[in-house]
Parts: sequence; C-alpha cells; structure tokens
Amino acid sequence: MASWFVFLTQRALRFRRGRREDHTLVSRCCKGNAKNKKLCCMATVLVDGKEIVLPDGQKLNGIQVARLAGTDIPHYCWHPGLTVVASCRMCLCETGTRDPATGKVTMLPKLVPACQTPATDNTVFVTDSEKIRNARAMVEEDLLIDHPIDCPICDKAGECLLQDYHFEHGRDQRRADIRPFTSRRREMGDTVTLFVDRCVMCTRCVRFTREISGDAELMVINRGAHEEIDVFPGYPLDNKLSGNVVDLCPVGALGDKDFLYQQRVWFMKKHAGVCAGCSTGCSITIEENQDRVYRLKPRENPEINQWWMCDEGRYGYHHVHAEGRQTEPRRIVAGERVNVEWSAIPRELNKQLREAGRIAVAISPHLTVEEAYLLAAYARSIDADALLALGPVPVIGEDEKFKNGFTIHAEKCPNRRGVEEVLKHFTGGVMSFGDFANEVASGQVGSMWLSGGNKKSDWIDAATTEKLTAAKVIVVQDLFTSPAWEAATWQLPGAAFAEREGSYVNHANHVQSFTWAVRPPVGVWTEGQLLWRLLNRPGLYKARPVMQEIATTIDYFAAAAEEVPPTGVKLIAKKQIPASV
Amino acid sequence: MKPDDPNIAWLEAPRLGLADRMYLPLFFEGLTTTSRHLIGPKMTVSFPEERPAVGNPLIYRGVHRLNKDEQGRVKCVACFLCATACPAHCIDIIGTESPWPDREKYPESFVIDELRCIYCGMCEEACPVDAIELTSLLDLTGRSREEMIFDKEKLLSVYDQTKDAEPMKSKSLGGTV
Repeated sequence: MASWFVFLTQRALRFRRGRREDHTLVSRCCKGNAKNKKLCCMATVLVDGKEIVLPDGQKLNGIQVARLAGTDIPHYCWHPGLTVVASCRMCLCETGTRDPATGKVTMLPKLVPACQTPATDNTVFVTDSEKIRNARAMVEEDLLIDHPIDCPICDKAGECLLQDYHFEHGRDQRRADIRPFTSRRREMGDTVTLFVDRCVMCTRCVRFTREISGDAELMVINRGAHEEIDVFPGYPLDNKLSGNVVDLCPVGALGDKDFLYQQRVWFMKKHAGVCAGCSTGCSITIEENQDRVYRLKPRENPEINQWWMCDEGRYGYHHVHAEGRQTEPRRIVAGERVNVEWSAIPRELNKQLREAGRIAVAISPHLTVEEAYLLAAYARSIDADALLALGPVPVIGEDEKFKNGFTIHAEKCPNRRGVEEVLKHFTGGVMSFGDFANEVASGQVGSMWLSGGNKKSDWIDAATTEKLTAAKVIVVQDLFTSPAWEAATWQLPGAAFAEREGSYVNHANHVQSFTWAVRPPVGVWTEGQLLWRLLNRPGLYKARPVMQEIATTIDYFAAAAEEVPPTGVKLIAKKQIPASV
Repeated sequence: MKPDDPNIAWLEAPRLGLADRMYLPLFFEGLTTTSRHLIGPKMTVSFPEERPAVGNPLIYRGVHRLNKDEQGRVKCVACFLCATACPAHCIDIIGTESPWPDREKYPESFVIDELRCIYCGMCEEACPVDAIELTSLLDLTGRSREEMIFDKEKLLSVYDQTKDAEPMKSKSLGGTV
C-alpha cells in the first residue's frame, strides 16, 4: 500500500518540478532615479534572514514575498486572484518585526498564516523551523484523516497539492485508519463533478463563483467536520467560466467531465499556446499525448486573462480530432476529383495559379500573422494587382463581461487585427469578405484562394459560394467540408490552431507567439509550410524569422522584432487603439 | 600494451608426448563421461509431452492474467500504474467510468502485447489492487502476431484457467484480497 503511494507522490513531484512556473515579480522602484528614493517608502522585509526590498506601492503578502526570496510556502486556500480567507492553515509561519533603529527583532509567540500577513516595512518572516514543520505536519494529518485513498483512480494524482505537500511536509506514518477507499460523487453541473470526500475545504471554488464569475452557484453546506461543497437545488454550476473551478481545486475534488478518466496527467506534455476561441486571445497551455490534445488550461497572463479562461475556449479543441476532418488534398483534373501528393502541390498549383490570370485571396482571421503575411506576399509575387481581402469574420451573439472584467468576445476568431494590419501593409486598406465576393463575381478574377482554419462548415453559404465560382481556379484550404470546399478545384486540408506556429494579435493589439503543440493529421502540411514551399524559400518553415521580417517591414509589428515574451507584447500604445476595437 | 612490455610473461606450449599425440588419453576420458551419463539419472524432460517443474509459482514470471473480484468483475481500476511502470510500453489501457455503483473507474479495454513484453514483473509490483499478476504459464505460442496481443477477455480467461492451480498471490504476500 505504502509503495504505490510513494510511487505516485514521487511522480507527482517530478511532474510538478517540470511545470512549476516562474512567478518572479519584477521589482521596479523609483524608475532608477536615486533622487526619488527618499520619496518612495521602500519596504524592507526579512525572509529567513534574507533581506527583500519591495518598491513603493507593491502590496504583497508573506507567500508572495517568500517567493521573491526563493522559498515556497505551502498553501491551499490562498490564490493570487481571490480574496484571502486564511482557512487552510497550511501557510502558517513565524512572523515578527524588526526595530529599524536598533535592529532588534521581536517575534510573535504564535504562528500566523503568511497569506494574511502583509509584507510591510521591517516585517520578519521565518518559513522553516521546528514549530512550523510540526504545524504543517499536523495540518496534513488532519486533512488526510478522512481523505479517500483512491489516488490511483483520481485524475488529480500527479499534480495534486495534497500529494506534494504530504510528501514534503507530512508525517511518514499515518496514524488514522486507511479508509475510506472511495469517494462519494455529486454532479455540480454539465461540466463539473464533485468528489465530495476528496475536498479539503479550501473554498477557492466558492470564492471564484462569487468574486470572478459572479453567479455564486457554489456554497458550503453543514459545519465543522461535516462541511461540504454543494449547489442549491435546481441551480447547477452552469456559468461560462465554470471550468476554472477545476483548475483552482488544489486536490481532486472538482473534476472536469470533459477530461475525466481520459488520460493520466504524467503522460501529457504541456505546450504554451494561445486560445483561438475568440478575439480575447487567452494564454493557454495545450496538454497533449502522442499528438492528441486532451485538455486546455489557462496560463497566467496579467495583461489578458489573468488566471482564467472561458468554457467555450476550454472545450473548443474537439474539432482538432473531429470526425470528418479533411486530410487528403484533391484537385479536379479533366472533370474528375483526384488525390494529389503533397510534394507535387507547390509546383502544380503554382503553375496553374500563374496561368489563370488575376488572383484573389481571402485571408482568414484564423491564420497566424506569419501565414497571412506569406499568403499575401505569395499572391503579390504572382500578380502585383492581386485582390487581397479579409476572410469571413465569425461574430456570434454579443460580448459577455464578467464580474471581474473578464470578457468573452463575440468575434470568434483569434487574429482579425493581425490579418488587417498585414492587409493594410499590402493594399492600404481592408476589404471585407462581402466586397471580395462581389468583386470575384464580376468576372475580373481568374483564380481565387480561400484560406480557412474554420472550426465548422457554416462559415460560408451557398449564395456566396455561387458568386465565388466565377473564378476558374478555386483553391480552398480548410479543416472541414463546406459549400466552398465542394466547389473548389483544389481542396487543400489545413491546420487547426494547436498545429499552427506563429503569432496572434488579439482585440487589444496584444501579440502572442507560440509554437505547435501537436502535429497535423498524417501528412497534412500546415498553411505556413505550404506557403513557404510556394514562395520557394530555402529550408523549413519557422515562424520566428518570418515575424522578424514582418517587424522590419510593417511598423505596426515593430515591437515584435525581438523575441516575444511568453505573455506577449502590446503592439501600440493604448490611447491609439480606435474606440471600436 | 607493447609486445616488449615487462608485464607480459611469454609462455611456451608444453611439448606433447607420444600418447598425447595419438589422442588416446582424451579419447578414453570422453568415453568415460559418455558412459557415466548413460547409466546415471536423466537431467532433461521431453517437452512438451512432459512439463518441467516450476520451482515457486509465486515468483515465476510467465503469461499475465487479470484477476477477478468476488463478484466476478475485473479487479483492475484502470489507474495506469502498470502502463506507467512498464519499461517495454506493452500495456495499453482505456479507462472509463464503471457501470457499478461501488466502483468509480474500470478498464474499458486492457491490452497487453505479449510479444513486446519482457516479463520483468514491474506491472505486478506497481498494481495497487493486485489485479495484474504473472502466472507460471511458460509456453506461450501463437500462429500470428495478432494472436499474441491479449485483450481484457483473454487475460481474464487466463485467470479462470489458472486460478485453481495458482490462487491470487496477494493473500500470501500480504496485499489486498
């Protein structure tokens, strides 16, 4: 019994070591101006004898300041995005004050929670002593008295704070009975399920629904040792941010039904990505195993999504592996549709496009900036007068704003702003898809290219397709069949968001770069790879050099010339953003 | 090392006498060994007509089996620990919610590639519920590669086949029942 527990916890530790993110908070004080130093009241905090200087106005608690000192204080209930309740008692540490005149330190006799202790000037924190180790071991023991021993089937095993902290701070022997073996289960809503007995009552989920999503569906019922998380009868957890409570849960109590029992966490590899669900462009982590995406999780980004993401984005990866995804490139030869080898496409397609006359290209807002640039550059290399337009921009409903300001945008594509700026560079303006269709219908155009990446097939209707069939050569690059796909003379499968490499610009002109997380279905070339070959460029397609090229040619992207940090960069100052965006 | 290294001692082969050169002493020595084995006890068995004796079936590592609980259901809880521990990556499990009220998770599919397996017994050691065990079945044959990929039903049938001769190891080794 003990051996597999140790085995699991060891695995958990290894997994966590890999994923532990760097939460370094940059200390910026007085903008380096020595004269201002007297004006700003820098706080000096002692953590385990190490002096940490905090700049003016930075309000940190004991856990955060210890992190600056390189020490991790264990905690369950505290989360930087939620209010402090100091209920788990895991972050207990010794505190005191230092007399600035004499340097004499006076310690408090009792342990206090670090999450609730502000790091003010001359505060002293001790994070590791016999007393603290004892307290932590007692908290761990208390939590495990009734905790079910079902780690082997718990989805959280491997990334569970209870496992990690028990391994690091708990007692090596369990004095309570090893019981129960299973946990009671209760449905919270359509997306979330609760394993009642695994809960450690940190109430992060309750605070989330009250403070962030604002619907307050979750509550604590009963008192004392009988406390449980529950919903009111008839009011399930069904807000559009509900998936976040699963991420917040430090143990395996809240389970994501979409991910439940799909994969053990230690098999998955994590890739930093950007959500393609709407124009908010949340930073996410794409978790995959053997080229199959299993779940998306939000990645901390103070500028865009903080710690959250919406359910629409979270579960919006299923189209990547959906039935009916197109994987075979086909063309029409002598009235018949035949399969084509990928390696033959660049040569033959290039030949046909050059012979067809004027080319019209609709650049999809699902493409990355790099792919949009390459596509526009390719069209212009064939025909200096090429017609370039923005592909159909899907808008569903209205923007939805939540209590803390988190917004789900109605514009369900990740990169309209980026494609617009590329188009402005090449054509001086942005032509809408409607105008584009009318222009093609007028019969002035020989060949047409529709780029895609659309999650469904409803992005174009039969009437619009009818207009577009005026072109002789119709290239459609997309994931699924649609009226346009059926009408195409060249059907080229494309990449989904998790397979792309490049950059997206969100609604607020914030650019984020990412690399691919999974490879496309067997044989398929991503848009970037195909365009790279069509342009006859040497070597393999890599997004970074293309972005560097874009940053030097288009002023708007100048800020992306250097390596883009994981949380992205702002491309233009806030005041310059037009009000409509 | 060079041929003139002082650490090398060069030896000459001893010169053979007349008897040695006629191979007679060696000839008689060999004949003695042969006749001794003709008379002495037999060390071999005529496999497969005769079965070799397996010393201790508890520690023998042969074909796998999936144990059943008292109600005849598969014991496995689809925790993937065997697949994680397996150095040959020969175990493939698909876990799902169980149809029984007292169990949360069970394997929808449990496949072991017996050809890929190296019979190290790590799966048996990793299993928290003693569901997977290695039996003392040692002659594993098949007519095709597909036949050697054992699915859940096949592995459960190995349990039915061997449960009388080899009761679950767990009881005698102090594991779960």
